[in-house]
Amino acid sequence: MILTQFLVLGAILFSIGIYGLLSRRNAVTVLLAVELMLAAVNINLVAFEAFWTTAAAHGHIFAIFVITIAAAEVGIGLAIILLVFRNRASSNIDELDLMRW
Amino acid sequence: MTFADWIAEPVNWAFLAMAVPMVLAALRVVTSRNVVHAALFLVLTLAASAGLFILLSAEFVAWVLVLVYIGAVIVLFLFGIMITRAPIGRETNLSHDTRWPAALASLAVLAVTLWLIIAVSQEIGGYGEPLPAVGVATATGVLGEGFINRYLIPFEAVGFVLLAALVGGVTLARKDLTPLEEEEGTRV
Repeated sequence: MILTQFLVLGAILFSIGIYGLLSRRNAVTVLLAVELMLAAVNINLVAFEAFWTTAAAHGHIFAIFVITIAAAEVGIGLAIILLVFRNRASSNIDELDLMRW
Repeated sequence: MTFADWIAEPVNWAFLAMAVPMVLAALRVVTSRNVVHAALFLVLTLAASAGLFILLSAEFVAWVLVLVYIGAVIVLFLFGIMITRAPIGRETNLSHDTRWPAALASLAVLAVTLWLIIAVSQEIGGYGEPLPAVGVATATGVLGEGFINRYLIPFEAVGFVLLAALVGGVTLARKDLTPLEEEEGTRV
């Protein structure tokens, strides 16, 4: 296995995530696309750790940090979506134009 | 390393067996017309990436991914889908009608990233060499020492972020009672 194959896989996953982020309308599916992008970042971190082989496994530690922050982000994001849904009876992000000018 | 050399290695068959379903499942996550199916395809993507982590001898990260993501985050997503009554069946307006700007932007990002990978690999070199760490198990104790030595402050900060997210999530999602309802609540 070489490093490039993992980097290309990460790049493909990341761009799929960007496509989902921009094209989706439902707020829950937008969060799913963000999770895809974070998974791509994790693949890069772990692959670079296997490439450099640092003594303290810095790549693995950062991957675990990313997973932790992603879990917090999903919790807060779903709470906000729930709140918006309760107030506006919709989870369509096109209709959330209150702060648009 | 030519493609014939690359494909001759059995470990790369395992890589392809995980990477190809992973990309296809990721495509279904962003194109599926059914929200529940999208969440379940995300499970497939994450399971494949956990398999890739095991190939890269990152066993601990792989199992953390399985426990945290597949165990907890996806359940949270499914609850979110159920509570917001997102269309469970097929739904036509889950995505925008004009998708080509999004596709164009993602292809542009892909092109720039691939160009960067090529440019940097020529600069640094060794990207085409076999990865040195593959097949050598990473001692989890090294990770633990990293967390309580060098990364102690980020570790505590992340713990605090999780606590703040927990409290914030509960505060955001709970239903605020009107003063009248509160009075009734105390009377009962």
